[in-house]
Amino acid sequence: MNTAIDLMNGAMMLSFVILGLSQLMAMVRLVIGPDTGDRILALDTMVINAIGLIVLLGIAQGTQVYFEVTLIIAMLGFVSTVAYARFVLRGDIIE
Amino acid sequence: MTKVLNWLFPHPLMTVILAVVWVMLQNKVSAGMVVFGLILGIIIPRATAVWWPDRPKAIVTAKFVVYCIIVVWDIIVANIEVAWIVLTKPNSKLRPIWVEVPLDLRQPEAITLLAGTITLTPGTVSADLSNEGRSLLVHALDAADADAVRDEIKHRYERRLKEIFE
Amino acid sequence: MTLELFAVYATLFLLSVGAVFTLVAAIGLVKLNDPMTRLHAPTKAATVGIGAFLLASMSHSFALGQGSFHELLVLAFLFVTAPISANFIAKVNLHKRACDMPDAPKHDEMWSTLDVPESDRKIATEKNGPATG
Repeated sequence: MNTAIDLMNGAMMLSFVILGLSQLMAMVRLVIGPDTGDRILALDTMVINAIGLIVLLGIAQGTQVYFEVTLIIAMLGFVSTVAYARFVLRGDIIE
Repeated sequence: MTKVLNWLFPHPLMTVILAVVWVMLQNKVSAGMVVFGLILGIIIPRATAVWWPDRPKAIVTAKFVVYCIIVVWDIIVANIEVAWIVLTKPNSKLRPIWVEVPLDLRQPEAITLLAGTITLTPGTVSADLSNEGRSLLVHALDAADADAVRDEIKHRYERRLKEIFE
Repeated sequence: MTLELFAVYATLFLLSVGAVFTLVAAIGLVKLNDPMTRLHAPTKAATVGIGAFLLASMSHSFALGQGSFHELLVLAFLFVTAPISANFIAKVNLHKRACDMPDAPKHDEMWSTLDVPESDRKIATEKNGPATG
């Protein structure tokens, strides 16, 4: 049992590192572009990775309190991606 | 009797889904929450029924469940394939192509489901619909033959969706 | 005891799967060289990766002896919305003509994103599209 828990904690630390790394790589894509579509995609990926980081925080602390945060960030991320894309496509968000 | 039931439950599947989502948001099952979820599940479809008059009248639920299982399985298997392609294939060896899928489906709900399925099963992203809605534009990450991709989509997903929304 | 041990191992496995897929998504986002191929990696691999993390969170709650299922809601939401955002980003790429353009459809006149009014067509077919972004 104890080895299993140690392994799980190790995997958790590794996941934190990898998610941080993914955020950095998405940031690279956000900076170098080259087009608007890539920037929207990079921002969308960053939102999804942020959800992952919050979920991991919840696992690490062993609480359920971050559930609502995850849900709301998922909704906000989706809406902002769509709003950004619609603005580029139509020049307006709500017609 | 059926008239009353139809008026009360314009969308029975949505009633069930809303009740289940409500109970899951509470994260514990109690009789009070189930009843309240059912109340929400009756009020919300009734109140919004006016805005979607053309909703599909009935879907074949058993076939829909089978379809969902197939899609989940495909997502898992194909994700591993795409991960392998992304990690091992150099950019110059990738063969991205556009595929045009002629649509037999007519209902917007069915086309939306098909487009979502195509995007979630990796290797393909649905990008656009033609202006009259008769074909779907799909981008394939690495495929030798556009016709093979088109035939697989038509055979594996569209045929099943046609049976569900018959 | 066995249920808890099983939950711990399941969490371990799901965390590893999630880490691998999010890493693949990020690598794909940086490595691939065309806006449309870039769309393939993050929209799906990242969604599956976060899905695995959410399932890990669920099985971890079982390991702590306080089972919960509400992570499935976030999971369902992510899987429903991922194709829609991917579709919008693909439309943006088509609109800005940032990628190789597809042939016109066989059965209809043109793709709906490119279907702009006759008077605007000249501006829209320039390399970078209309100056909106």
